[in-house]
Amino acid sequence: MKNRALFIYALGYLAFLYVPVLFLPIFSFNNSQFIAFPLTGFTTRWYAGLGADAAMQHALGNSLKVGLVTALLSTMLGLTAAKAVTQYRLRGAAAMLGFISLPLFIPDIVLGISLLLLLGLLNLPLSLASVVVGHMLVCVPFSITVLIARFEGFDRNLEEASADLGESGWMTFWRVTAPLMMPGILASLLLTFITSFDEFLVAYFLSGTEATLPIYIWGQLRFPERLPTVLALGAIILTVSVALVIAAEMLRNLGVKKPMVGA
Amino acid sequence: MSFLSISQVTKAFGGLPVVNAVDLAIERGEFFALLGPSGCGKTTLLRMIAGFETPDSGTISIDGDVMNNVPPHQRPTNMVFQSYAIFPHLNVFDNIAYGLRKLKLSKDQLRARVDAMLATVRLEGLGGRAADQLSGGQRQRVALARALVREPKLLLLDEPLGALDKRLRETMQVELRAIQRKVGVTFLLVTHDQEEALSLSDRIAVMSAGKILQIATPRELYERPNCREVADFIGEINFFHATVREITDTTATVNAGLLGIVTLPSANLGSHGIKRDDHILLAIRPEHVRFAPDGVAGEITSATFLGERSHFHVKIAGRSEPVSVSGNAGPQGSAVALIFPPERLIGLPSAD
Repeated sequence: MKNRALFIYALGYLAFLYVPVLFLPIFSFNNSQFIAFPLTGFTTRWYAGLGADAAMQHALGNSLKVGLVTALLSTMLGLTAAKAVTQYRLRGAAAMLGFISLPLFIPDIVLGISLLLLLGLLNLPLSLASVVVGHMLVCVPFSITVLIARFEGFDRNLEEASADLGESGWMTFWRVTAPLMMPGILASLLLTFITSFDEFLVAYFLSGTEATLPIYIWGQLRFPERLPTVLALGAIILTVSVALVIAAEMLRNLGVKKPMVGA
Repeated sequence: MSFLSISQVTKAFGGLPVVNAVDLAIERGEFFALLGPSGCGKTTLLRMIAGFETPDSGTISIDGDVMNNVPPHQRPTNMVFQSYAIFPHLNVFDNIAYGLRKLKLSKDQLRARVDAMLATVRLEGLGGRAADQLSGGQRQRVALARALVREPKLLLLDEPLGALDKRLRETMQVELRAIQRKVGVTFLLVTHDQEEALSLSDRIAVMSAGKILQIATPRELYERPNCREVADFIGEINFFHATVREITDTTATVNAGLLGIVTLPSANLGSHGIKRDDHILLAIRPEHVRFAPDGVAGEITSATFLGERSHFHVKIAGRSEPVSVSGNAGPQGSAVALIFPPERLIGLPSAD
């Protein structure tokens, strides 16, 4: 009896999670610009429309640029911070980690406004670069969290062995630390990229005239006739996201199969 | 100056001295062991020689060069880590070749050098084996090969056989000694296993609480320990309280309580400055105590068969601790008599 209730609860939960998302692909192939049942017929014209939409493609390009740069910079910073926190006896490491993670708990809208004010005070122009800076504040804590977990299983003797065998700190990083941390580094890159790619509020405040994809989509919602195209775009993003998540999960398992401790 | 010269080296962690004003001199080509219980500072001393820790004071020099400010990657030492620290993302060949990058060898030269080293540690043909497919003994060999292939002036070994089972450990001891003779590199071994130290080393330094107690050959350590701690730590030994009656140039007469008045060679008192009326400890190894009819009467309280000889605990009247004896006698409960040959008794200063 109890099991049955739990089963129904789980089913309801999954439906609540995924049914709304499924509307995206369904209506993106529906041959009508009105989002309503019954479906009127199959078409790919909304997808074809995307191919000719230069503004959308420009916004997509911006989002990819911002996402890549944010992912690379955040992961680099996250890597050094995670290494410092896990491998050295640092005074105030816990407090420092707390401060770095704080942006996670500050509402994005507050973060966006404060950064906007700061850039104004400094007389710096709004651009994709300012979006990257804002996104890094959000992404670095994610990166640190992922990488700390990875470093905790890391045998420090391996780096000492490398030094003992004649390699300096930098070469040790390239020849030992980075390859062994690679699953963590890739997971961090994926996570920070998706976070940046998705992010709307901070980008909305800081992007100036260059729209990122979420901002472009937000703009399109004002035009009802553009809605099916937005759904087609959403369906593509959804597919790519799911593929990335599966890839990340496979990478993680790859990392688990090969134990990384030296002993 | 000695090949490895350690002078007044001190290192403290959080105010507690772990290595305390240690002096040590090791000669080129020696197989030297630092022996002591865990926490005695032997590993910290080894890590200071490798460059992973910096001495608070004192100097370390190798082959005439002061090492204190030389980073680990520029020292002429290589280390076999206790955990072996085999790079898990590299195969056996690449692990061994890891430290040869800066030599800029051609592909053929590199292969020849690694293959020769694989032969030395008897891992021929295993170059392509992945790190996680190696047994404990093979990991140990890879760690050794990876360090030796760099032709270090000094090889440091941190409890290298500790992770192996007993049988493998004994095989590796013989092999380690053979490899050292073959390559002629100075080996400095850290271990808490006295058997390992005794069977492998030319000389041993016994450490306790950050200090070196005695530096000697295995035989000297065993036969002439210079203090109660060393005697206790190396093998088994029996102690008897005694008082010095008379010392001449050649003999010393002591009142050894249960053992009666004993006259032993004065050389057996060592150079501790023991004088008349001093309270001392007389020490004797189990295998030097003899069963004989006219000795001190006792009863066997336990007998352990060990093959050619057995090990006994013998209770004698007036002494709470049983005497350890190695030899041949009756079963548990037998009445026996023990003789303590005076020339086998070693006099040590009593702690009190």
